[in-house]
Amino acid sequence: MNISDNTTALSSVSRGKKGVEGVIFDIKHYAIHDGPGIRQTVFLKGCPLSCWWCHNPESRDKEIFTYEKQETIDGRKLYYTETVGKNYGMVELLSGLEKDRIFFEESGGGVTFSGGEPLLQADFLLEALRQCRQREIHTCVDTTGFVSSSRMEEAARHTDLFLYDLKVMDDRLHQKYTGVSNVQILDNLQLIDSLGKEVWIRYPLIPGLNDDENNVFRMLDFLTRLTRKPPVQLLTYHKIGKHKYSRFGIPYKMKGVEEPSPEEIENIKKHFEDAGFEVSIGG
Amino acid sequence: MNQRIKKLRDQSQNAIPRISAERALLVTEFYKSGLAQQVSAPVRRALAFKYILENKKICINDGELIVGERGPEPKAVPTYPEINLHSPEDLEVLHNRPKVWFRSDEETRRAYKEVVIPFWKGKTNRERIFANLDREWKDAYQAGVFTEFQEQRAPGHTVLGKKMFQKGFRDLKEEVARAMEKLDFFNDPEALDKREELKAMDIAADAIILFAERHARKLEELAKAESDADRKIELMEMAAICRKVPAHAPETFHEALQHYWFIHVGVVTEVNPWDSFNPGRLDQHLMPFYEKETRAETLTRESAKELLSSFWIKFNNHPAPPKIGVTAKESSTYTDFALINLGGVKEDGSDAVNEMTYILLDVIEDMRLLQPSSMIQVSKKNSDRFIKRTARIIKTGFGQPSVFNTDAIIQELLYQGKDIIDARNGGASGCVETGAFGTESYILTGYFNLVKIAELTLNNGTDPVTGKQVGLKTGEAESFQSFEELMEAFKQQLNYFVDIKVKGSNIIDRIYAKNIPVPFLSLLIDDCIVKGKDYNAGGARYNTSYIQGVGLGSLTDILTSLKYHVFDKKDMSMQRLLDAVKHNFEGEDELRFKLLNQTPKYGNDDDYADTQAVRIFEIFFDAVNGRPNTKGGHFRINLLPTTSHVYFGSVTGATPDGRLARKPLSEGISPFQGADRKGPSAVIKSAAKIDHLRTGGTLLNQKFTPQILEDDKGLDSLVHLIRAYFRMDGHHIQFNVVTAGTLRHAQKHPEEHKDLIVRVAGYSDYFNDLGEELQDEIIRRTENVAF
Repeated sequence: MNISDNTTALSSVSRGKKGVEGVIFDIKHYAIHDGPGIRQTVFLKGCPLSCWWCHNPESRDKEIFTYEKQETIDGRKLYYTETVGKNYGMVELLSGLEKDRIFFEESGGGVTFSGGEPLLQADFLLEALRQCRQREIHTCVDTTGFVSSSRMEEAARHTDLFLYDLKVMDDRLHQKYTGVSNVQILDNLQLIDSLGKEVWIRYPLIPGLNDDENNVFRMLDFLTRLTRKPPVQLLTYHKIGKHKYSRFGIPYKMKGVEEPSPEEIENIKKHFEDAGFEVSIGG
Repeated sequence: MNQRIKKLRDQSQNAIPRISAERALLVTEFYKSGLAQQVSAPVRRALAFKYILENKKICINDGELIVGERGPEPKAVPTYPEINLHSPEDLEVLHNRPKVWFRSDEETRRAYKEVVIPFWKGKTNRERIFANLDREWKDAYQAGVFTEFQEQRAPGHTVLGKKMFQKGFRDLKEEVARAMEKLDFFNDPEALDKREELKAMDIAADAIILFAERHARKLEELAKAESDADRKIELMEMAAICRKVPAHAPETFHEALQHYWFIHVGVVTEVNPWDSFNPGRLDQHLMPFYEKETRAETLTRESAKELLSSFWIKFNNHPAPPKIGVTAKESSTYTDFALINLGGVKEDGSDAVNEMTYILLDVIEDMRLLQPSSMIQVSKKNSDRFIKRTARIIKTGFGQPSVFNTDAIIQELLYQGKDIIDARNGGASGCVETGAFGTESYILTGYFNLVKIAELTLNNGTDPVTGKQVGLKTGEAESFQSFEELMEAFKQQLNYFVDIKVKGSNIIDRIYAKNIPVPFLSLLIDDCIVKGKDYNAGGARYNTSYIQGVGLGSLTDILTSLKYHVFDKKDMSMQRLLDAVKHNFEGEDELRFKLLNQTPKYGNDDDYADTQAVRIFEIFFDAVNGRPNTKGGHFRINLLPTTSHVYFGSVTGATPDGRLARKPLSEGISPFQGADRKGPSAVIKSAAKIDHLRTGGTLLNQKFTPQILEDDKGLDSLVHLIRAYFRMDGHHIQFNVVTAGTLRHAQKHPEEHKDLIVRVAGYSDYFNDLGEELQDEIIRRTENVAF
């Protein structure tokens, strides 16, 4: 029998650090495209950016909220209250991670903290990262980079790998499409690079918005100046999040934007490869 | 695939499954002869076997390299009236039913009406069985508490070991003679029975040699008439091979395949055994021949593949014998479960994967046939490359090969008291059943409807579907003061029905031992010759009887629902819940939604639910495991369904997990369709909580969308997932890689998806050949992809 019981091991945590809670809006198991190996991806709620193409617009607000969800049962409609977001204590988070340990160990995987912007809930995230290191669970932080440099530096001390989103190099366009400037983001990338942290770049390809050669070449130029060339993942835009905008009453700005063609993706991939980067598609 | 193979494959694919009266007529002729009445049962069976092989039509298909058909031509299926006699109505049903049909022509029907039925009516083994079973057994059987494998088909459930790739039947005849010499009439009261059995074995050995010689003669005739010079030579070579094997041990690769195939046809001609027959660890058996011949440059990789392809087609030419009634429902498929084992460990415990393993994987991928089924055995000693190569076939989405844990299989066999060498020479056959190849009889006695037991428990022993008192009176459900009281009642009911099942099985076993001995099969399985004992009477070294539990996932969810809502949260009374169940949740959408979506479910690595799975497992295990059977072995459990989860569902009303009346139950140890919400890793965590090592096999079905296996990372992750499951002692996992959209389209437009193969449960089948209920069930299983 293998019923896992980690309560004993966790009791020290609950005694020591009571009260560090995080708001999580989803936990994905068997995540195989969020870093090395098989991972558990923990989505922390709250994001300072408001990217037009965001798949999870319900994650922007840090607060937990409810809405009326419609389901069908045998073709008949049924309404019930769905809650977006849940408070997690450290014990609950860690026991959930421990349940997947066997997969982390077999595959060289671990936990990926994503969001929203995980660094927005810094206390919770840093404590979680510290606990994971103690437990020898490999950690990834999937970040927008839009946080203070001191916070980024603190996180870098406890993180094994950053998945770092680069979207638009032109600051004016960055502000237009994401709502914030990219200056801090680029600075932070240089910062963690100078600290010798392992980084994978994630570049979401949004046709007509950030897939032009100008953006690609500026990105290449920037990345080439880092101390080592990070692997690059091209994330292809999908319209899967579209229905959420109407459901949550958020204005949808992506009308008419199509998913990128395979040729276009290959073309961009080639630019990166020609510049000596290791590129993968789809994370 | 070259032209020859393509042609043979097409012939096999396009052949119409039909009933052939050939065997029925021959066996009738023999039994009518005076000879049959004058001899002992084993000798009678051996002579009948010989009579069939002496007189049946020899079929040699154009271009084929391996010869031998059970019927007069591909997919012409013989019948076994001495075991189960088909009535004119049965033939009609078989002819007309929409799925898994068998056509029969006028001539066949007339033969049945005029010759076969008049002779066999009242004399068949099936009638003998039903005459000997008591009312309790029949009530439970009719209520759908369990099924009975042996009512229409003979026991078999065994696999060839390596000895038969090293011996010919002349060698076996010598062994039989030696055993005969050793008979001790002064001290052994069974000496006469043994002598009769050994005599029968000797006759059966002669019969198969003669059968091969008839093929040799026919091949020589064909060679003479052949105008194509190459084929002429080929036919002469094949004739020479048939003169040599199976009388003598094979020495070449081609001889080894032909040798096995004669054995296979022999086993499935003698009786209609479950799971046809199986060469077992084929890569291990063939490697020495391949090595020797490639070194001598008499065989190339390509010519070996061509021979194997021709061999593969022979399996596909042989659909399972026609099943009717409950047997057709529990195993509604043409597949006859010959499961080729690849990989694993050698008998010294070392890594067994070799070049032949990879060649056979190529053949499986190329042939893409329903039969034979295929699987890989994965030990911790095997490389990831081996699994990844297999994963590349799995991702093409025809459900094969399935993946087994060698280290678990060995421990299961050791737990049952087997020798470690016998254990390492073993594997899995049928769907997922663990066995010591070449040395064990491991009979599946029937499926056991765990959910029905819960339904009877909640209705004080009355079957709500029929209103009949079938079970014990263990108290009204509303009177249970605690969950423990409910579980105690459940346990009593389960023990009661296991008693009935075991009793019935012991009766049936003895009926077979006395009336349908199998001297030919007995030659093949150790230690029947040395013991002078028939396979059906306990001649094998090991003898196991399985009862296969069905509906673990559904039952876990049912008990969890009751515990959660009625006893722990107390947000629903027992009466309220059972009322809704009784009315099939009519007008109770909200309540049903709560049961389906807001209740802990098995398959999500949630201990609240999974604890009940473990508990059910232990109760079932305690009720069955270790009881003696009639052959000197024991009853054990395993957990697999074939298609019985659909049948069992159809005789079971709505259930407190939110499942509607008559809908399929969960299959194997998989979660109920759609109940798993956290992806495959959580499913395998839940499934690993029961102790697989104390079973003789468990079946876990896992769905994947093609996208998730698209890239290398997806394949690597699949390998890691398998490794993790096996590290937790999981026994078996199989994959369906297809989207629900494709399946839905296929349901509407079957003509466009003739080649769509899906994994059902322990085997693959054409989607078009599945009943609609099962199609729906597989769609539901597939579509819930939250990741």
